[in-house]
Amino acid sequence: MDTIKTQVRKYVMDNFLMGAFPEELRDEDSFMGRHVLDSVGVLELISYLEQTFGIKVEDEEMVPDNLDSLNCVARYLQRKLAMVTA
Amino acid sequence: MGRSLDARAVALSAAVLDIDCAEESARIARALVEIVSRTLHRRGVVVALSGGVDSSVCAALAVRALGPQRVLGLLLPERDSSSAASMLGRLVAEQLGIEHHVEDIGATLEAIGCYRWRDEAIRSVFPAYGSGWLSKIVIAGGAQGGVNFFKLVVQSPSGEVLERRMPAKEYLQIVAATNFKQRIRKTLEYFHADRLNYAVVGTPNRLEYDQGFFVKNGDGAADVKPIAHLYKTQVYALARHLGLPREVCCARPTTDTYSMPQGQDEFYFALPYEQMDLALWALNHGLSAAQLAPAIGVTPAQAENVYADIRAKRRTTAYLHRAAQLVSAVGEISAP
Repeated sequence: MDTIKTQVRKYVMDNFLMGAFPEELRDEDSFMGRHVLDSVGVLELISYLEQTFGIKVEDEEMVPDNLDSLNCVARYLQRKLAMVTA
Repeated sequence: MGRSLDARAVALSAAVLDIDCAEESARIARALVEIVSRTLHRRGVVVALSGGVDSSVCAALAVRALGPQRVLGLLLPERDSSSAASMLGRLVAEQLGIEHHVEDIGATLEAIGCYRWRDEAIRSVFPAYGSGWLSKIVIAGGAQGGVNFFKLVVQSPSGEVLERRMPAKEYLQIVAATNFKQRIRKTLEYFHADRLNYAVVGTPNRLEYDQGFFVKNGDGAADVKPIAHLYKTQVYALARHLGLPREVCCARPTTDTYSMPQGQDEFYFALPYEQMDLALWALNHGLSAAQLAPAIGVTPAQAENVYADIRAKRRTTAYLHRAAQLVSAVGEISAP
């Protein structure tokens, strides 16, 4: 879980904050609430998750509970990856 | 003032959007005269006529303010424009008695790569897409409490309709390509404005302006936006007051940008404009989602989703409203 979170954090920091503001984002911070991601940013995040982790994000899974913080993404990914390996 | 929010909520209906059309059109006309002559120092205005209610009302208000001889109408169709829209634009220009030009921008868009870039992105989602196929983009997610995303809908020559969620790259490329349409139109509007020493009128209504439903440096570019403070319902009321053609007063808002018929609510807004107007008004006046819900016929949870969607679009499109950012202020030049 921590490895996933570290990997996603690096992507978010590099892609959306140009790697310049590491103090900006705690694990529980809302991406959208902190204006780190907007709706297009979420689409980019989804493309990254699908390509990097080999999952398919379904339309009905595109909700803030799955995607709007590092904690949310890590939990969601863990569930998805468990389904893939099950 | 004086009525509590609760009392207003009981009465929340389309009536909150009622305006005195005679007074409002006179007020806008006075403002237009002041802005065009004393702020912008121009001799008249250019209005691009789409055939829709917003541009028609703007043109009619400009004629009322400045007279028909100081208003130039432009009809700027392209390959995907509906012929009905062009016909309505021409009807409005003729009724208002203004000089107008029709310039088909299809060849310019072809030359600049608009259709090629768009079709390339569409084909990466639907490889069979080609000649004779139609397409459009529809929004999903936000009104249901999810994250907004866009689906690409295509129709084959045999009539089969397919739809699929677009990845970020393809979505951005299709939007970027179709934005050529608004930007080429604006280039022509400013050409005519420059040669006549006129100002360019932007035609967004309040919903579009608030929610960022415009192309930066495309239809979002203008010298004056006379109806940006008016809810869509109020624009329709002004259209009727100003005696615009019945077809304009009754037309449902469309994008007229994609080859398949597409309502604005399908492309961008969570709900049809009548409900969006009320939702935006209610949010702007501090009403809760529970107070809004019965007025637009949804559950309180759905109304909360609508509020969240309005706020999300404001955040996402804030950049569209921003002028170029300076690293250091240039004190001698004040922002208007």
